[in-house]
Amino acid sequence: MSSLLNTLGKHFPECSKGDLIPVLQHVQDQEGYISSNAIREISEYLNISCSTIYGVATFYSQFKFNPPGRHSIKICLGTACHVQGGDFILSALQMEIGIAPGSTTEDGRFDLERVACLGCCAIAPVMMVDNDIHSRLSVIKLRQILSNYE
Amino acid sequence: MNDFEQLQKTAKEQWEMLQHSSDPVVYVGMGTCGLASGASDVWKSIQKIRDNSKYKFQTIKVGCIGPCYLEPFLDVQKPGSSRFTFNNVDADRAEKIIKEFAFGDESKLKPLGHLGDKIETINGIKSFWELPMLKHQKRIVLRNCGIIDPENIMHYIARDGFSGLINAFEKGPEEVIEEIRISGLRGRGGAGFPTYKKWQFCREAKGKLKYLICNADEGDPGAFMNRSLIEGDPFALLEGMIIAAYALGANQAYIYIRAEYPLAIERLNIAIAQMKQAGLLGRNILDSGFNLEIKLKEGAGAFVCGEETALIASIEGERGMPRSRPPYPALSGLNGNPTTINNVETLGTIPNILRNGGDWYNQYGTANSKGTKTFALVGKVRRTGLIEVPLGITLREIIYDIGGGTIKPFKAVQTGGPSGGCLTEEHIDLPIDYESLSEAGSIMGSGGLIVMDENSCMVDVAKYFLNFTSEESCGKCTPCRIGTKRMVEILEKFTKGIGNIDDLATLESIAKTVKNGSLCGLGQTAPNPVLTTLKYFYREYLEHIEDKRCASAVCRDLVEYRVIKEKCTGCQRCVEVCPTGAITGPRSEPHNLDPEKCIKCRACYEICRFDAIAGDAIIIVS
Repeated sequence: MSSLLNTLGKHFPECSKGDLIPVLQHVQDQEGYISSNAIREISEYLNISCSTIYGVATFYSQFKFNPPGRHSIKICLGTACHVQGGDFILSALQMEIGIAPGSTTEDGRFDLERVACLGCCAIAPVMMVDNDIHSRLSVIKLRQILSNYE
Repeated sequence: MNDFEQLQKTAKEQWEMLQHSSDPVVYVGMGTCGLASGASDVWKSIQKIRDNSKYKFQTIKVGCIGPCYLEPFLDVQKPGSSRFTFNNVDADRAEKIIKEFAFGDESKLKPLGHLGDKIETINGIKSFWELPMLKHQKRIVLRNCGIIDPENIMHYIARDGFSGLINAFEKGPEEVIEEIRISGLRGRGGAGFPTYKKWQFCREAKGKLKYLICNADEGDPGAFMNRSLIEGDPFALLEGMIIAAYALGANQAYIYIRAEYPLAIERLNIAIAQMKQAGLLGRNILDSGFNLEIKLKEGAGAFVCGEETALIASIEGERGMPRSRPPYPALSGLNGNPTTINNVETLGTIPNILRNGGDWYNQYGTANSKGTKTFALVGKVRRTGLIEVPLGITLREIIYDIGGGTIKPFKAVQTGGPSGGCLTEEHIDLPIDYESLSEAGSIMGSGGLIVMDENSCMVDVAKYFLNFTSEESCGKCTPCRIGTKRMVEILEKFTKGIGNIDDLATLESIAKTVKNGSLCGLGQTAPNPVLTTLKYFYREYLEHIEDKRCASAVCRDLVEYRVIKEKCTGCQRCVEVCPTGAITGPRSEPHNLDPEKCIKCRACYEICRFDAIAGDAIIIVS
């Protein structure tokens, strides 16, 4: 039995269909993303077809299918952030690290993701790097922040 | 005296001791917005002072008190005195406040306000609740936010927590529903369905197994009311859930919460564990014979899951696609069993109604919309944050009296998130309730209020919302899946200056088709931002189409960056930040900006204002 199947058995002993999303969240938490191998193992464990699992996983924006970078950037594109110039922050960010949302830089330093709202609208525009929220961003401030993450 | 009365007595004694502590008590606002503004540095700094110096004081973490633009907050309560609050605190200022205010001559530093029970001025310091942003509010559901430690059940109990639950158990389920009917409470998730009716349907539905689901999948971009409430007072939500489940006859409840809210999830887990320990969750709650288990389900990021049937599909482990109704969830919901789904704010309000009575709650609000509502007041308004106001208040009072107005002249306010609409100057004196907003073409929604001024382009705003809904459309209904996409394409043409006048008619016709041909609320309301902006800002659309001009200078393809020679001091800062070498010029001489090379990234525009050497020598014009 693989180590993944082992931990699934421990955390989800009921093995029910309703556990699929929590299982996917658990796997992403452990391995950083959902690999095709993981989908096969989950399929075996929950007795749900790989295509169904893939269908569910791709429906939700939380799940990643590529290995993440050392630092994960979540750029907020909520309404308040948009009105305060969030779009400019995103394009400046893309220019700085050279990747589009949903991908990881070649050197593995950053991965970039767009999110709908981080709930910090009163101090918009914001982004989250790993677990730190940076608020009242500007193009200039952005460059300073990125230099703190190696 | 039973066990709970004993616990209540202990909690009140502890709270009294805290209020009359012989050492100063320091409170730090540690909600997500506080943390994002630097509250954890403040927290670390005061911990260091406490551990490494002669100063002896207590520290307590609290939730968000509301005016997010003043975060981080730090309160000091000196022995025998009131609790004073300081705003925009950083690590250095925190140290100064501790040394000079908490342990020194307090006249040296001026706090923002005091949080005492009475609103009178103390030592020349006004009550916090008398500040312009707070004065017009009525805090019912937010009453504990920023005041109590959200990770300590004793604080909640000391402030009459769970007394609504005790009243509910004394009344019995039918009378609880009657009390909610009297209160006039309507669903705070947006649609405004009377809460008591929802409960009644589910209570009367046949079936032994019933479910209560709390919808904490706060998906509207620009809204954070639920996050703040859970982070600041998770117990209020949980008490409301026990009361609701008891009224419905449900023994199993779920909280479907966004994974983007890690702090709220953590606080709920702590609160649930403390309640289990105190006999307030689990089997035979407070010897009532009623059992309830509450489980958390983390949402995985899909806006459509805010819709009831999609949310149920998601909990069942499927793609979150809406199902056709009837049957309604009240009859056949989760796993085919009767299910009630209530919003966080609705449930958080319940304990207050059961504690003070339905009549008491009914005194606030308008004829058909009772009580208070929380709003996330954001965008181009001076004072941003979370507010709670009685329904019937006007937009003018919210934007100007509470929010302090806009910096540039006011243009519009967007309510109801992507499902809502943009209202204008003409609606500013409209008393806000469920009916008045929908008559004006918008909706109450969950409570996002995004204020826009002359620097906001309404075509761009409409494009933003349609982009959002087209990406979040689950794809089940063709008009929504394809219609929203086509609408985005047309709006994109406008913002690029390549649209023509016939596109306007096409846009309107698709909007109506999407509205009529979609199964769930997402599709039915997705065209609202387009329809309201077309109605109220038609001229702005024409400007984009006919003059190829964006007066707000937002649409990138229609603007140009220019250097004003007379103002430019030649400081070279913009030359340094320009990523494409579009700006050139020797030091101390006005610079040149080559529009061919300019990618309109905004860096020069910002640095010009940032350092204030020239101030505003770079402008964006359309």
